[in-house]
Amino acid sequence: MAAVKYTEEEELLILEEGHDPHFHDHHHGDDKYRMSFISHYIFSMDHKMIAKQFLVTGMFWGIMGGLMSLVFRLQLGFPEESLAWLKPVLGKWITISETGVGSLDPEFYYALVTIHGTVIVFFVLTAGLSGTFSNLLIPLQCGARDMASPFLNMLSYWFFFLAGVVMFASLFLSTGPFSGGWTAYPPLSALPQAMSGSGAGMTLWAVSIILFVVSVLLGGVNYITTVLNMRTKGMSMFRLPLTIWAFFITAIIGLLSFPVLFSGVLLLIFDRAIGTSFYLSDIYIGGQALDYVGGSPILYQHLFWFLGHPEVYIIILPAMGIVSEVLSVNSRKPIFGYKAMVYSIAAIAFLSFIVWAHHMFMSGVNPFISNFFVLFTLIIAVPSAVKVFNWISTLYKGNIRFTNAMLFAIGFVSMFISGGLTGIFLGNSAIDIQLHDTYFVVAHFHIVMGVAAFFGMFSGVYHWYPKMFGRFMNPVLGKIHFWVTMIGAYAIFWPMHYTGMAGVPRRYYRFDSFEAFSYFGEINQFITIAAVVVFAAQVLFIINFFYSIWNGKKQTTVNPWGATTLEWTTPIEPGHGNWPGAIPVVHRWAYDYGKDGRDFIPQTEPLGENESESH
Amino acid sequence: MNFLIILLCIILIAVIIVQIGKVSELASSIRGEEAAERDSNNWSARLLLAFLPIFLIGCIASAIYYYPYMLGYGPHESASVHGLELDHLFNITLVVTGIVFILTHIALFWFSYKYAAKEGQKAAFISHDNTLEIVWTVVPAITMAYLVINGLIVWNNTMADVDPGEDIVEVEAVASQFLWELRHPGKDKVLGARDYKLINALNPLGQDWRDEKNIDDFIMDTLFLPVDKKVRVRITAKDVLHNFYLPHFRVKMDAVPGIPTYFVFTPDKTTEEYRQGLKEYGGMWLEPADPEEPDGPRRWETFEYELACAELCGRGHYSMHKFVRVVPQEEYEAWLNRVEQTSYYLNNVRGKKNDPHKGKQLDIEKRFYEIEAAAAEEVAAPPVTQEPTTQEATAVEVVKDSVVVIENAH
Ligand code: HEM
Ligand SMILES: [Cu+2]
Ligand SMILES: [Cu+2]
Repeated sequence: MAAVKYTEEEELLILEEGHDPHFHDHHHGDDKYRMSFISHYIFSMDHKMIAKQFLVTGMFWGIMGGLMSLVFRLQLGFPEESLAWLKPVLGKWITISETGVGSLDPEFYYALVTIHGTVIVFFVLTAGLSGTFSNLLIPLQCGARDMASPFLNMLSYWFFFLAGVVMFASLFLSTGPFSGGWTAYPPLSALPQAMSGSGAGMTLWAVSIILFVVSVLLGGVNYITTVLNMRTKGMSMFRLPLTIWAFFITAIIGLLSFPVLFSGVLLLIFDRAIGTSFYLSDIYIGGQALDYVGGSPILYQHLFWFLGHPEVYIIILPAMGIVSEVLSVNSRKPIFGYKAMVYSIAAIAFLSFIVWAHHMFMSGVNPFISNFFVLFTLIIAVPSAVKVFNWISTLYKGNIRFTNAMLFAIGFVSMFISGGLTGIFLGNSAIDIQLHDTYFVVAHFHIVMGVAAFFGMFSGVYHWYPKMFGRFMNPVLGKIHFWVTMIGAYAIFWPMHYTGMAGVPRRYYRFDSFEAFSYFGEINQFITIAAVVVFAAQVLFIINFFYSIWNGKKQTTVNPWGATTLEWTTPIEPGHGNWPGAIPVVHRWAYDYGKDGRDFIPQTEPLGENESESH
Repeated sequence: MNFLIILLCIILIAVIIVQIGKVSELASSIRGEEAAERDSNNWSARLLLAFLPIFLIGCIASAIYYYPYMLGYGPHESASVHGLELDHLFNITLVVTGIVFILTHIALFWFSYKYAAKEGQKAAFISHDNTLEIVWTVVPAITMAYLVINGLIVWNNTMADVDPGEDIVEVEAVASQFLWELRHPGKDKVLGARDYKLINALNPLGQDWRDEKNIDDFIMDTLFLPVDKKVRVRITAKDVLHNFYLPHFRVKMDAVPGIPTYFVFTPDKTTEEYRQGLKEYGGMWLEPADPEEPDGPRRWETFEYELACAELCGRGHYSMHKFVRVVPQEEYEAWLNRVEQTSYYLNNVRGKKNDPHKGKQLDIEKRFYEIEAAAAEEVAAPPVTQEPTTQEATAVEVVKDSVVVIENAH
């Protein structure tokens, strides 16, 4: 598909010379942004390179988190099989029984569950998703040369990197990494005598989280400022693509909620290190009555979930933005109900701040308070439903192109429906009495957050890969990746609904101490096998990703997907500064697909004489 | 060795797959990119269409296969009054969400197939439709309102505390790493005061012996409850968070150090009745409980209600296991008479240096002497045989242990 903006001749010129001859006179693309190897690949301040750094680091943590889950799934699915073969890697964390059967030490099992959760939620689905695509797309789609502060942006990545280093180091402690669950509830997380992972492991965990919060805040300030102040001429807020809306609102949520996690963890550190009693009271442990009085463990839960619930939307909103964009581009139709989409993102963001205690119905808060949280929680289902209906309507009467990005976007919608609906069970506190802390919750949040957000991320990677590397990922491998992941993810998480309904609690190392929980050996084996298969498909994705950087099919036109947005008006491999010439001017919204019989009209094209802008 | 073989296999498969990718690229460039793309597009459309029935049938079939384990279905009936309401609410939600789930999935995958790119086909330019959008905002809003109202009614009924003076059974569950200690208030029906600073090997719950209400409290290993009577469980923890979880009764509440919580519920099926239900249900419940002993008791005969922990509390979290036994009122009272004498105070503190009631005649002792006298009279008559229950056995053990400790202490 040929881009409209350039003639073929001009396009050739751009390809060869990397800049746009039209704007030759006032181009300020090069000098200001010239870089050495180190400043180009490592301490880069180019948002596109920082995006890649976020992505690759996120992928690393994705593999780590995935491998951890395989190990603990093996223990759950096949508790009688020997894990002795893991001894060379895990060392003392594999205990060998007299009969020679190696099994995971329970404490290390909990450590794996904890670190798996932490790194996937924060490092992969927050940094790897929002970090990658906000960085890549905000300047490109808003029409800016870079972020408002490239330097803070670079710091944001390096704080994230440091957080990762600290977390990684904690894996090698002799007392083990933190093992009290990703939610880190005190007193378990506050008292080293409660669990060996609550010693040095917890200290490093807390430090890592604090570094991470700094990273999120630096990034967030930047994203917000850039969207507000650096849009190109003509780019009004309601001409922004939904991706940008999603990243923008995500950043605002992050800015408001992460500081609360920061203070929550800080107080926890105080309790641990200097003997304050914010979260501790009346504790007798290890044969000793401790001096803490007057604190409340429930306070921590309020602080944690005041971040924790918005955090799940910090994870899912960018995925929603990406999916909206990809669905529209590949259906060759405008996104259905653009304004409704914007308002529902905003509504979800607002509501996400007043539902946090739905994680705490059974925590000992006054049951009366729960009435409000039930109400607000179920109200969130309304804007969520609107979004789903709008995505589905976007497909209606389209002319759909099933690129890999598109397949993952469709998969995303399916996952979001399945997981969102189970939220309606959990949001009703009465039903949550039975379902809280069972596998039903595990199924809910893995489908709606875990899998759906990963699908959004994959969709984004396949779609913008050409923009990042000037090449395409292999579509056939991509399709195998999609189908195995789609079917496999349901195979892993769907059955968990059944064990959850039967009441099987989450975070159990074995299920055979209870008769009521012991009937699901088969399901657990099935889930473990599915998990191994799905992991293999992700390895395929990683191979495809790195292989294609150097060997993928070359991008030959600037706008391979026939999209209207600005990122596709830059040269195939844009330098620092993005547009070699002046920044293009915007004249219309981002979704003129199929209008007036034309396949698409780029945002840079002025409105026709009698044309009215449509929303 | 195995590990190496597996690794080699994986590498081999990866290489093969990459080759497939390369070959496909080659093939498409030979056949012409557009033709190849159209082909692949059609395939994707068909696969998506095929996925729809397979997925939906898979979901429904698996639900039917597993329904005997599901909330409120098959033998998995609630054994408490509020539990029935809760299961009902679950079912309403299941129907509502089930309909939405099926309809949206049909639309999603059917549209994907129907509107797959075709030669000459043009996408329609539809940017929004206010009526439609209002409809699908209002309909979910009404549905949610319906669920919220139903839910809150059940919730507030369930969580209502007892009225002062109401005739209830109060018990206390104390969690610590990694066990439950279950305290019964004895005949006075009131739990005595506790202080965590008083906890030691001789006083595991930190009971304050100056409080006379503690005198007849005893610690049980199985939670004994009368049927059809309101139970108020006071839930506390000594060290970290735990969660008092009775799956069959739909009861769950965190145990929080420093902040006692409670849960009020009414068991409405005795253990025996529940067993009969399982027997009638049949299936696996008729199999022998112990596969090694094909002639031994059946599964339904050995069934017990269980108490679990549902809040991560450390390495032994998954093993905090106790039983709950629900019995008819008469049996409950008979049991209370029998076990009263296992009062922790009576067996471990009475007459010791730290006994604040030294020299006082206590009611519980009077009752004890009466019972002894009655037993002496009946000495000739055959004893009413009642299965010794587990908690008595352990109560005795506790006593023994404590005696040992006392001796060591001296
Ligand atoms: C219709 C909308 C939703 C409703 C009503 C809902 C409701 C709930 C409720 C009540 C819980 C607490 C369950 C419990 O612990 O007992 C929960 C857990 C959770 N939800 Fe949702 N949810 C919804 C959508 C989402 C979305 C979109 C995400 C993420 C993108 C999400 C992520 C999570 C996570 C991560 C947890 C579990 C956290 C943990 O305990 O470890 N939920 N949800
Ligand atoms: Cu939440
Ligand atoms: Cu526990």
